Amino acid sequence: MLRGGLAVAARGETYLSVLVEVTSMAATTHGIGGLTFDPKKRELPPELGVALALVLIVVVFEVLGRLLMGDSFLFNTREGASGFLNTARLEIIILQVSIIGIIAIGVTQVIITGGIDLSSGSIVGATAMIAMSFAQAGDIYGNPNTRAVFIDAGLVDLPLIVPLIVGAVCGIVAGGINGLLIAYTKIPPFIATLGMMVTARGVAKWWTRGQPVSFPTESYAAIGLGLMPVFIFAVIAIIFALALKYTIYGKHTYAIGSNEAAARMSGIKVARHKVLVYTIAGLLAAVAAIVLSAKNLTAQAGMGMMYELDAIAMAVIGGVSLSGGRGSILGTVLGALIFGVIISGFTFLRLDAYYQEMVKGAIIVGAVVLDQWRQRYGASKA
Amino acid sequence: MSDIVLKAEKLTKHYGGVHALEGADFEIRKGECVAIMGDNGAGKSTFVRQITAVERRTSGKVWFDGNYVDFQDPLEAREAGIETVFQNLALADHLNVPDNLFLGRELIKFKLGPFSILDYKAMREATLEGLKKTGVKIPNISNSIQNMSGGQRQCVAIARTATFKSKLIIMDEPTAALGVQETAQVENIVRTLKEHSEPVILISHNMRQVMDLCDRIVVFRRGRIVANLNKTETDGQDVVAYITGAKTQPQFEVEAAA
Repeated sequence: MLRGGLAVAARGETYLSVLVEVTSMAATTHGIGGLTFDPKKRELPPELGVALALVLIVVVFEVLGRLLMGDSFLFNTREGASGFLNTARLEIIILQVSIIGIIAIGVTQVIITGGIDLSSGSIVGATAMIAMSFAQAGDIYGNPNTRAVFIDAGLVDLPLIVPLIVGAVCGIVAGGINGLLIAYTKIPPFIATLGMMVTARGVAKWWTRGQPVSFPTESYAAIGLGLMPVFIFAVIAIIFALALKYTIYGKHTYAIGSNEAAARMSGIKVARHKVLVYTIAGLLAAVAAIVLSAKNLTAQAGMGMMYELDAIAMAVIGGVSLSGGRGSILGTVLGALIFGVIISGFTFLRLDAYYQEMVKGAIIVGAVVLDQWRQRYGASKA
Repeated sequence: MSDIVLKAEKLTKHYGGVHALEGADFEIRKGECVAIMGDNGAGKSTFVRQITAVERRTSGKVWFDGNYVDFQDPLEAREAGIETVFQNLALADHLNVPDNLFLGRELIKFKLGPFSILDYKAMREATLEGLKKTGVKIPNISNSIQNMSGGQRQCVAIARTATFKSKLIIMDEPTAALGVQETAQVENIVRTLKEHSEPVILISHNMRQVMDLCDRIVVFRRGRIVANLNKTETDGQDVVAYITGAKTQPQFEVEAAA
């Protein structure tokens, strides 16, 4: 807490006095020009607030559950089931947010640069259709799969790597186009990704003229099996949490969102970096598409509709600032969990889905308002 | 010749028909603090922008550190050792002090393209070293700089120039946006830099500041240099006379009249 030794001074005598001043738990330290600056007024990590909100929401559902339903939200009350917690519910909570969570990790990085990505839901749709068509089984319960997209070309029962690469390329191309448009034509990210949102949805519908693509190979279906989506979500979250914290990629992502002009003046290749960030967001949307289509065993042109907004909401609830420069993967993961808990809690309380959406909307707006407050008062505190 | 850090000869910049800078001859030696003064639009910032390669000069020659140079972009100038402190702070608010100091030239532990691993420890140590060199006191360098005062932020910006092996520091009105006490602190840093015999070019409107800190004053007027004054041989009144056009030094007379 007291890192008094950090107080640096050029002249020895002031060094000592500063050291004494700080280590003697003085409430304030005199900063430059005699202005007071409190080193202990370290901003709390925003993730802490999000985590508290998550706990609070769980407690609310627990209390409401006990009062209204006579059942526990969090703890195991089932006869014959073992364990202290209601693991079935916890699994469902995490499972249902993990696919959109994967998208949210990409969107988080885009938002940190000060941008926005509205195209991820449509990229999910297009990628699911295209990747799935390369993952179809040639044989369904002994009958040939005559409705497979590439049956005439004999492109069925392909090895798993083919749809994976095709899917990844879809995401990279779509995200790359987003990034190139934003970085080099200087149009607002909102417009560029809105264009991609419409275009990619069009591609999804055009690919099979609206027909769903079903019956994947066993190896493809295994990607969406059981808790596999949660595992993929966790791995991706950890990779990008580390990348944002410990690599140049992360540092430049924050720098661009914080002050793009300063980043450019400091020699950061802003345009190139933006292309990379949007491409990664596209790639992660493609990963989500593969997991989603594998889990559902089918791909439809309307898949992933509105996922972009849910992903943005997860990030925003998780403390990622829409004005850029602030936020973290941990925050977004917590935001995703809040999302999952609310949906699960409403189901648990047997409230209709209508209310879920109404509350979801209110929470998104509330999170942005909170972020605005944090910025205003955070800045004036100094 | 060897202790001349920067030399400009007939440096000229035209924006279309506007002659923003015309035939500027300038040199600065090691350990020297040279002030550039002049009215708004006199060509001070234009001059700096040509040296730091923020813009490409129309004509003229520049030597830096003994070599003829023609920097392609500001980064190249910076890599050569010309560090600039801008009037508007070029800092990223949400990052902490070491992150800002090393913005765009982070130290890395392990090279892996854009995903190279950052060396936080080395950057932190170099930051403390740089702050020590400039005499900047910041209680906790791992705080993000958004809650620091304008003076502290400007000090971070200046410390950034000192953390690297800079050979010339250019400050474009570093105290224009600061209060009295903050200004004093920034001036102290300039003095500390002088003690380390770092050459400094200081653009300023503040006569007291210039008289306090600098050894030599170069006056710009209407895109031309009209005076090159040693501090010991001049005073505020005299400098103002050159700035306003009441006087022009004889050696610059011909060109100014042209």
